[in-house]
Amino acid sequence: MLEVRGLSKSFGGFRAVSGVDLAVAEGEIAAVIGPNGAGKSTLFNLITGHLQPTAGRVLVDGRDITGVAPHKICGMGLGRSFQRTNIFPKLTVLENVQAAFLVHRGQGPNFWSRSEKLFLGESEALLASIGLGDQARFTAGTLSYGNQKQLELGIALASDPKILLLDEPTAGMSASETHETIALIERIAHERRLTLLFTEHDMAVVFSIAQKISVLHQGRVIAHGDPSSVRADPEVRRVYLGDHSTGAPS
Amino acid sequence: MAGASFLFTQFLGGLTTAMFLFLLASGLSLVFGVLRVLNFAHGSFYMLGAYLAWQAVAWLAPVLESFWLAALIAALGVAVLGGLIERLLLRHMYGREELYQLLLTYALVLILGDAAKALWGTQQLSVSRPAMLAGGIRIFGGELPAYNLFIMLAGTAIAVAGWLVLTRSTAGRMVRAAALDREMLGALGANVGALYTGMFVVSSFLAGLSGALVTPIESIVPGMDVEIIVEAFIVVVIGGLGSFWGTFWGSVIYGQVLSFGILILPSFSLFSVFALMAVILIVRPWGLFGRPLR
Amino acid sequence: MTSGTVLARRIPWTLVVFVAAMVIPFLGSRYDTFLATQIAISALFAVSLNLLLGTTGLVSFGHVAYFGIGSYVCGILMKTYAVPFALALPAAAFGSALSSLVFGYFCVRLTRIYFAMLTLAFSQIIWAICFKWNEVTGGDQGLSDVPYPNLDWMSSIPFFGDFGIGDQFYVMTLALVMLSLAAMHRIIASPFGRMLTTIRENPERAASIGLDVRRYELAAFVAAGFFAGIAGALFGIFNRGVFPDFVYWPKSAEVMIMTILGGIEHFWGPVVGAATLVILNQEVTSYTEYWPFVLGAILLVLLFAFPGGIVGGLTAGFAWLRRKRRGPAGA
Repeated sequence: MLEVRGLSKSFGGFRAVSGVDLAVAEGEIAAVIGPNGAGKSTLFNLITGHLQPTAGRVLVDGRDITGVAPHKICGMGLGRSFQRTNIFPKLTVLENVQAAFLVHRGQGPNFWSRSEKLFLGESEALLASIGLGDQARFTAGTLSYGNQKQLELGIALASDPKILLLDEPTAGMSASETHETIALIERIAHERRLTLLFTEHDMAVVFSIAQKISVLHQGRVIAHGDPSSVRADPEVRRVYLGDHSTGAPS
Repeated sequence: MAGASFLFTQFLGGLTTAMFLFLLASGLSLVFGVLRVLNFAHGSFYMLGAYLAWQAVAWLAPVLESFWLAALIAALGVAVLGGLIERLLLRHMYGREELYQLLLTYALVLILGDAAKALWGTQQLSVSRPAMLAGGIRIFGGELPAYNLFIMLAGTAIAVAGWLVLTRSTAGRMVRAAALDREMLGALGANVGALYTGMFVVSSFLAGLSGALVTPIESIVPGMDVEIIVEAFIVVVIGGLGSFWGTFWGSVIYGQVLSFGILILPSFSLFSVFALMAVILIVRPWGLFGRPLR
Repeated sequence: MTSGTVLARRIPWTLVVFVAAMVIPFLGSRYDTFLATQIAISALFAVSLNLLLGTTGLVSFGHVAYFGIGSYVCGILMKTYAVPFALALPAAAFGSALSSLVFGYFCVRLTRIYFAMLTLAFSQIIWAICFKWNEVTGGDQGLSDVPYPNLDWMSSIPFFGDFGIGDQFYVMTLALVMLSLAAMHRIIASPFGRMLTTIRENPERAASIGLDVRRYELAAFVAAGFFAGIAGALFGIFNRGVFPDFVYWPKSAEVMIMTILGGIEHFWGPVVGAATLVILNQEVTSYTEYWPFVLGAILLVLLFAFPGGIVGGLTAGFAWLRRKRRGPAGA
């Protein structure tokens, strides 16, 4: 479904990402992990068009989407959430999600209708499904951090993606918030039959839901496979030795 | 040969304009580089420097005839005013959106402009050239006022001195560091607040000095603040906002474009400087010497 | 847009304003009509700027360019070529829209301070052209004696039969302004308008949900230029002449102050700001020549005490009152 071949990005002399190969099958949940600075966010930015790769290709469903601009990527079925919470702060929670529907369903050039009436039902349903139904009328900027991250997810889902890229979805969350968020993500992924690729620092999260894991270190993939083989990989253990790792292999 | 000497005179005229603009615009560029504020009131400081110089000459006249002292007093006066403005007003706007900072400086343009009008009226004022530089010098068949030559030399000297200070001194290094990452600088324990005030004071001094020094060449009129600030904007755009040598070369280029533009296509010269500004912004927004802002 | 109080929502403001405005030529003096015309035109200009500033988050320092193009195109057509107003006005609006398309194309490729500088540069280019192109624009003298449009047909309408040309022009201006405001209000409330507010809130996120940010910003730029052009055309006639200082950059600052004074977060904010500033200007200039000083002082007070402008301050005040009335127990 999503394929990355030999993707590389250099900033001047610094090789942020080198020759990364990745493949996520349809409906699969895959994770990209690695220590800080390994190049995970850069990799995401390369896939979603926020950065132009210096080499390599990105394919969705066989179609080459390398370097396509972010606003076009969305139309190709790729949705994304960001590490820093990235919402529309002065709009209400409902309006945040509604805006995504408006764009996705081509209502952008509509000068005539009243925007508040459109896609009301769908927006409310989506908010309910991610647990923000009762906060629909609140201004998004006033939400708690955890709720804002949920809203992030909601905005990405409104564009009806086939592939969802989540950049550190549980960053900054408490243990219970993390648990809730992961359960939510897993449920949504199954309900909508999404292909999911996410990055994470929290190993417990990764090993609990990922079906395939790629380990990034200094811009290169050093290990790739299902959770148990990645856990056992000596290279991976060496790289993470001394690193904080919750949920160490038992 | 007459044609060549005429061209040479034009060239020198362009350089003279350039030096004044460089003195003025360097302050503007400095403040933008460190404080990230585009100070509309910078032209007002220039104007106040001119008026204060005239006033100082008038006050000193019974006792002493010194243009240089008057110019210094004027520049210092404007520097003090700048310091007060930064501490009392501008400081409160740092956390706010850029637009509000810009509007604050514009409010100052309005207020200072009328203050000048109230204090000195709307008549044109002028200051005579200092006695020792009253004459002219013949160069390549063209006559160049000695004062203008002095300005050109002084301007270049100040440019070099300024560059040395920025690159060799601790203060200079702090300024350059602040331009790159002010949060980091604060975290390192530097007194960022004092640095900002200091920058603004230096910048205002330069503006006031530029205004004071221009008085023997140009008459002092209301509206000179609004006119000069746009010229300063053009210069920093051409050279690159926040770039020291950019401001220098931007001033030189601007001076020549204006000088020769008037010769070649008189009615187009006004248009051409703004067109140049637009072209640079379209093709290379960070100017000839600037660095692309993230 | 932030919500007002329940009371404020129940009053049909548009109707109130329209009725009040229409009453002026009947009840007021010629001077009142004169003032009202100026307010109406300034209000249109300010709301058009707010389409960029408040709705899309674009800070333009060169909006006066399109106002100026509108006034010069209309003025030149009507005076030099004796084109009737019914054709000159659309031509002026089209001219402004076209120039904002061309200039805007380059401007939206830049961000923040560079965007603002380029808008300023373009507006100064227009100023330089108006100032120097003596044959067409009248140069620094401008073009005086721009004729009034032929409004004889108004005499046959009941109620307006007795109106002098000043009142007739006011009624027509009011109609055009209200129509334009209604159109802009509709645009802002539409999905397109919602796209613009998402750009203001978070351009990166807006792109990630599929929005071509540059294209929408350009569309907003053109719409704003179009309506500014209409305001400019009307002003040229109202002023009985078009002059280059319409297009000089402090005028861009003036309309921005109007907009912020009223409040950029509300549709009617700039209208309130325009009315306030026009009236204040008339009052102050009759006592003193130091209007710029007063304006600067107002701006300072605004920046330090009332960043939300007059309407922002009023809605905050009403909300505070409402909370007080409800008491500590809450609703």
